[in-house]
Amino acid sequence: MEKRRLIYLDNNATTPCDPRVVDAMVPYFYEKHGNAASRSHQFGWEAEDAVDYAREQIAALLEAEDKEIIFTSGATESNNLALKGVFEMYAKKGNHIITAETEHKAILDTCKHLEKMGAEITYLKVKEDGLVDLAELEAAIKPTTILVSIMWANNETGVIQPMREIALICEKHGVLFHSDATQAVGKIPTLPREVGIHLMSFTAHKMYGPKGVGALYVSRKNPRVKVTAQMDGGGHERGMRSGTLNVPGIVGFGKAAELAKAEMHEDAERLRRLRDKLEQALTQLEETKVNGNINSRMPHVTNISFKHVEGEGLMMTFNQNIAVSSGSACTSASLEPSYVLVGMGLGDDLAHSSIRFSLGRFTTEEEVDYAIKAVTEGVNHMRELSPIWEMYKDGVDLTKIEWAAH
Amino acid sequence: MAYSTKVLDHFKNPRNVGVLNKDAKNVGTGLVGAPECGDVMRLQIEVDEETGVIRDAKFKTFGCGSAIASSSLATEWLKGKSLDEAMTIDNMDIVEELALPPVKIHCSVLAEDAIKAAIKDYQTKNGIAAEAKVEAATA
Repeated sequence: MEKRRLIYLDNNATTPCDPRVVDAMVPYFYEKHGNAASRSHQFGWEAEDAVDYAREQIAALLEAEDKEIIFTSGATESNNLALKGVFEMYAKKGNHIITAETEHKAILDTCKHLEKMGAEITYLKVKEDGLVDLAELEAAIKPTTILVSIMWANNETGVIQPMREIALICEKHGVLFHSDATQAVGKIPTLPREVGIHLMSFTAHKMYGPKGVGALYVSRKNPRVKVTAQMDGGGHERGMRSGTLNVPGIVGFGKAAELAKAEMHEDAERLRRLRDKLEQALTQLEETKVNGNINSRMPHVTNISFKHVEGEGLMMTFNQNIAVSSGSACTSASLEPSYVLVGMGLGDDLAHSSIRFSLGRFTTEEEVDYAIKAVTEGVNHMRELSPIWEMYKDGVDLTKIEWAAH
Repeated sequence: MAYSTKVLDHFKNPRNVGVLNKDAKNVGTGLVGAPECGDVMRLQIEVDEETGVIRDAKFKTFGCGSAIASSSLATEWLKGKSLDEAMTIDNMDIVEELALPPVKIHCSVLAEDAIKAAIKDYQTKNGIAAEAKVEAATA
């Protein structure tokens, strides 16, 4: 393979900063270095103005009020604050929280922690297409239920949950609705008030902003939601999140939101076309499967299983040139394949054989064309090496073999 | 985590990929691992019946780069060895040669298992294992 620039198709892990974002941030590292909480001098006022402006830019993207945006260090903190904060604040009403098995670890691990604190958690299974079953969700609600937390779009498959329908169920039963919208905000319309979401987590670095800054949307009216602060000291962010604000990061976050609002539609259409091109070309290969509901999915993501090829090995055939993620967790100590794919009923073997491609604002058609070629060659190479591909081709029923699990 | 040069070399230019006739009396086949675990190795040896030396070895592996490299290296090492010598190949020799990190040690274990399974298959086919056991029992 010819030497070329490394192609980045892992935008669900993190996006590069848009240069316009970085340009907006730079002055806040130098001459405008003030602390937004310094009320007594020009440096502080300037920083506070910058934070206020960024808050407005982000609120505009969500069609929310600026006071409904609470800055955090990222989506993991936002998810922690939402779940733990609601659990503490609404303890008198109940202790039951409903979520789904395919949520991000920032939700699942927080729920595990809350279980130790006396919470009762229902982990909904998802259907084969990755969507939650609305009837099951409604049936899980009981008098002690205080919160439903369902992600907007899945990080591994891009599958978009039926947000409006879930919100209606929550409204009907008087239960708060939180969404981890990390993968959706800035890429598709995410309007919490219009949909009926009361708390929403998101982060800058998935929408061409910097790492280390995120936000939690907290509804201020109908209903007015409050969360108990999880970090004490100073009472910043309306008392919900203390700590000196990351001013340059917040400025960048604001700029990223402004750009997303202006360019979202165009970006999404362009990426949908490129994603479809990639997906259609790669599924021309024999024995491939696209994971997740293709009609309710983020425009820039495709997750494909290449049967009888192990994902990490496949990545190794092209990772000098292309960066993607695999559902095979062979690199982690656990050796467990993706729980998201397994939760959708994919066998462990197919989960090990999956690759996630996530395109972004800076992905070009030429890069997609190159990826099609390189991945196709990689799959063919790995299948030549694969004993189970050979057996499949020879008509051996792989399910009848007694494998020695190790 | 970056791969070692040796792993990359075996991955890009795997040695002895292929298949031997598993029904031949002088061929031993070891199939270890499971698709659900993300690793399956098939390692085969062809033994010279006159000398008892491994004349040829072939493999195919479904797995990550380290698994492919481990089995590729194993086939290289097996050729020209007697069965007794082959039995002494230890997974830690593979770890050392390929500079495998701790999370990839299981790949070398699987390769050792595949070698032993192939030898055992050959011995079973040729009634050698049974004799060895009898000797051990009378000794």
